[in-house]
Amino acid sequence: MPAGLNCWHAFVLNSMSSTENKLIVHSIESFGTHDGPGIRLVVFLQGCNLQCKYCQNADTIALKGGTPTEMESLVKRAVNMKTYFGDDGGVTVSGGEPMLQSKVLIPFFEALKKEGIHTNIDTNGLIRIPEAKQLISELSDLVMFDVKATTEEGFKTITGAKGLGRLLENIQLREQSKKPYWLRYVLVPDYTDSEESLRWLIETFSGNKYLEKLEILPYHKLGIYKWESLGMDYQFKEIKENTPEQIERAFEMLKPHFKDVIVK
Amino acid sequence: MDLENTFKTGRWCKVIEVKDFVTLNITPYTGDHKFLEGPTARTSKLWDICKEALKEERQNNGLRDVDVNVVSGLTAFEAGYIDKESEVIVGLQTDKLLKRAMKPYGGYNVVKKALSEHGLKPNPIIHESFSKYTKTHNDGVFDAYTDEIRKFRSLGFLTGLPDNYARGRIIGDYRRVALYGINRLIEAKKEDLQKITGPMSDATIRLREEVSEQIRALSDMIEMGNIYGLDLSRPAQNAQEAVQWTYMAYLAAVKEQDGAAMSLGSVSSFLDIFIEKDIQDGKITETDAQEYIDQFVMKLRMVRHLRMEAYDQIFAGDPTWVTESIGGLLIDGRSKVTKTSFRFLNTLYNLGPSPEPNITILWSKNLPKGFKDYCAKVSIETSSIQYENDDLMRTSSNCDDYGIACCVSMQELGKHIQFFGARTNLAKTLLLAINSGRCENTGTQMVDGIPFIEEEYLDYDKVIANFKIAMKEVARVYNEAMNIIHFMHDKYYYEKAQMALIDTNPKINIAYGIAGLSIVADSLSAIKHAKVKPIRDENGLTVDFEIEGDFPKYGNDDDRVDHIARDVVEHFNLELEKLPVYKNAMPTMSVLTITSNVVYGKKTGATPDGRAKGVAFAPGANPMHGRDTHGVIASLNSVAKIDYKDSKDGISNTLSVVPKSLGATPEMRIENLVRTLDGYFGCNAQHLNVNVLDRDTLLHAMEHPEDHPQLTIRVSGYAVNFVRLTREQQQEVLTRSFHETM
Ligand code: SF4
Repeated sequence: MPAGLNCWHAFVLNSMSSTENKLIVHSIESFGTHDGPGIRLVVFLQGCNLQCKYCQNADTIALKGGTPTEMESLVKRAVNMKTYFGDDGGVTVSGGEPMLQSKVLIPFFEALKKEGIHTNIDTNGLIRIPEAKQLISELSDLVMFDVKATTEEGFKTITGAKGLGRLLENIQLREQSKKPYWLRYVLVPDYTDSEESLRWLIETFSGNKYLEKLEILPYHKLGIYKWESLGMDYQFKEIKENTPEQIERAFEMLKPHFKDVIVK
Repeated sequence: MDLENTFKTGRWCKVIEVKDFVTLNITPYTGDHKFLEGPTARTSKLWDICKEALKEERQNNGLRDVDVNVVSGLTAFEAGYIDKESEVIVGLQTDKLLKRAMKPYGGYNVVKKALSEHGLKPNPIIHESFSKYTKTHNDGVFDAYTDEIRKFRSLGFLTGLPDNYARGRIIGDYRRVALYGINRLIEAKKEDLQKITGPMSDATIRLREEVSEQIRALSDMIEMGNIYGLDLSRPAQNAQEAVQWTYMAYLAAVKEQDGAAMSLGSVSSFLDIFIEKDIQDGKITETDAQEYIDQFVMKLRMVRHLRMEAYDQIFAGDPTWVTESIGGLLIDGRSKVTKTSFRFLNTLYNLGPSPEPNITILWSKNLPKGFKDYCAKVSIETSSIQYENDDLMRTSSNCDDYGIACCVSMQELGKHIQFFGARTNLAKTLLLAINSGRCENTGTQMVDGIPFIEEEYLDYDKVIANFKIAMKEVARVYNEAMNIIHFMHDKYYYEKAQMALIDTNPKINIAYGIAGLSIVADSLSAIKHAKVKPIRDENGLTVDFEIEGDFPKYGNDDDRVDHIARDVVEHFNLELEKLPVYKNAMPTMSVLTITSNVVYGKKTGATPDGRAKGVAFAPGANPMHGRDTHGVIASLNSVAKIDYKDSKDGISNTLSVVPKSLGATPEMRIENLVRTLDGYFGCNAQHLNVNVLDRDTLLHAMEHPEDHPQLTIRVSGYAVNFVRLTREQQQEVLTRSFHETM
């Protein structure tokens, strides 16, 4: 990976001290209709601690780049969108991995809260620094955790690192703080769609009271062009996209065990 | 039936005022669309004939048939039918389906040109008459035009002016014929005429002449009804007659006039009162009601005017702007949505998608949910409808009985008309500021008193100071042209049939317009926030601009540039407001291009925002293609900052999204589109076209037009059959931002 796993933590500390109230933004989508409830302002933050083989936003992974953006200007954007939010819209921070910038996310979310704007984090759930924990346990109105795999080996194959344990700890933290969260699960043929994997999901999460929704994301290769334009190798080229039957089978299997299961 | 014994009585019984009748008798409907019925066999049979005729028209270069022997008028043609047995609502403009007629009073040259493009000529007697004896609006205007106006017109500073074709935009209150019958309307006009007495000023003499013409037109309307065996002298007696009478009144207008926009007003909830009554009385069923509306709408889809090819550049796709406004609230807070509002929208399923009539939803946050959801569904499935902010327009004008003239312009029905004024090219006006008042293409001196800019890099304050001089002068010339045009139109092509259905001495607004707003905003932003170096030719005229550094672009909800756009609109409108107008009309302005954004682009040199010479403008108030990089809402919010008070004739915006970007499921798409509309209009924005389309569908339609005869797409304030656009216009539509969510 371009900036090795080892140095991500250093980056976090660095970026936090040097940019104060600035978030390093990759891009902004003001009409987010796929990243949480309602219409959302989605702030894609630059930099990720993983390098998933199918990452759709490969250009957000690098810890360099992005545009330092005053937190206040983002709050203003969100305030300008209030009339569109209705009952359930709001702001989603995504990435990249937003928790890498959790220190600035704290005042950002506090400011949004003051404005009565719903907040949501779309995270891979691996970061365990105190600020990230604070966002998970207190500040964010919603958290969407990606569940990349159901075993540590699988996790490493897909993301380049082990991290399932940390993810589970964070999900547990959210569950214990009695706040709603969603899980997102990418259904990669042959990698994450076995009956065993799905059964693991059911066993691990179906008892969780505050888990409101499980989103099944079929595997697709729409992000390949970004890998190619970055001169990076897309290793999952051979994997075929799911057949409708495969998606249907997973959905039918998971559906009875959770409050709400949807296929995106 | 005696209407006064059938319906709740009030003011409408004493004076001509349809609005009062509607307010007293409307039955708002709060449910969903499940009650709607499909087309009857008769309707389907008629529509099949129409589709065949439309195909012939397309294959025959856009003209199925034309009568070269008759000058059109209310009684000029025998009755025409699609298939008489199947028709429950009758009436065609001529004696044959899709046969066009000559209306030479706007400009005879245009008629001649239009015919010659199809290898035809007017009948020699008509030719002699209009070449030797009969003067037209077009002749009058050019008798009075100054050299200066001609220069501004030919070099592309003022474009699309209604100086060689009819101005349109006037909406007759067509409901009056159904509610009152023509005899009563004649009586009222005669009373008005008696009251118009001396001293005989120009205005009084003119008004007496106009009202006399209106009375004659009303008599002709009765005669026109007789040709179809209809007694229009009396009020409609049932629902079918109410629809028929209203259509006949509209038909009179489009037999007499071929104005660019011949809008219908807001008839659906008026008709609903008659329909509701007949349904309550068990006289008709839902199927009958839908059949009336389907057939009425079918007739509206078949309205045609004779146009020349050049006309297509500014008004592409042969539009007629039969704009019907649906929904909105009454001042008392009740909704104006009725079952017939749904029935009108249902025609887009029963007859398939279509650009005409130009269905316009008057959106209020308090419209019933069932109706909002249905509108969103129709938008998503047909891309055929547009939206305007009823909360904004109703409250700012204290009026709840209005239609939309043409694309975006509010007009109180029966009480208010407007003088259409096309638009001025604001981007070229900005270039005057940088070229010491000379046209950037020809070097022609257009405006005096603008100092030459010597500096290597453009200085914002200096450019602004020059731009203000340019705007002032362009506004002056524009105003002079408009005064001449409307003086002459009244004189040579007065809309007597439509004006007969409007109060004597109505309010008038003059509708100026601007094009190129996003280019001006981005150019000024570039000059202010980046460094812009003009590249000049040997005569000192700009041929290109070099931009160093980045700058905020309009369309991203960024005040640094959005406020420039807002302030330019405010300033130019103020300049226009200072100038005296013919008939003391109230000056208003729109940010609207129709499809002229393409020709405007062609006539405009390179601009300081980095746009190359000749490149099309963005339509209306839209951000420039591809520069709105923060998604739909940021783009909408930029446009919403333009203040309606500065642009009361309308601020047009077109949104194109791919279906999946609205949400993952059909239900979510509906929900999110409703929220988008609530949100946008909640920011006091005025107008929105909504297209929900995949680019691939359009690409396919370009290659296989025969597979997509009804594919409809919204452009600036109206809709077109995509396959009727020229290739160039199709390309332009494709380059627009199609918002896709990441
Ligand atoms: S965690 Fe998300 S952003 Fe990071 S590499 Fe994986 S898919 Fe990409």
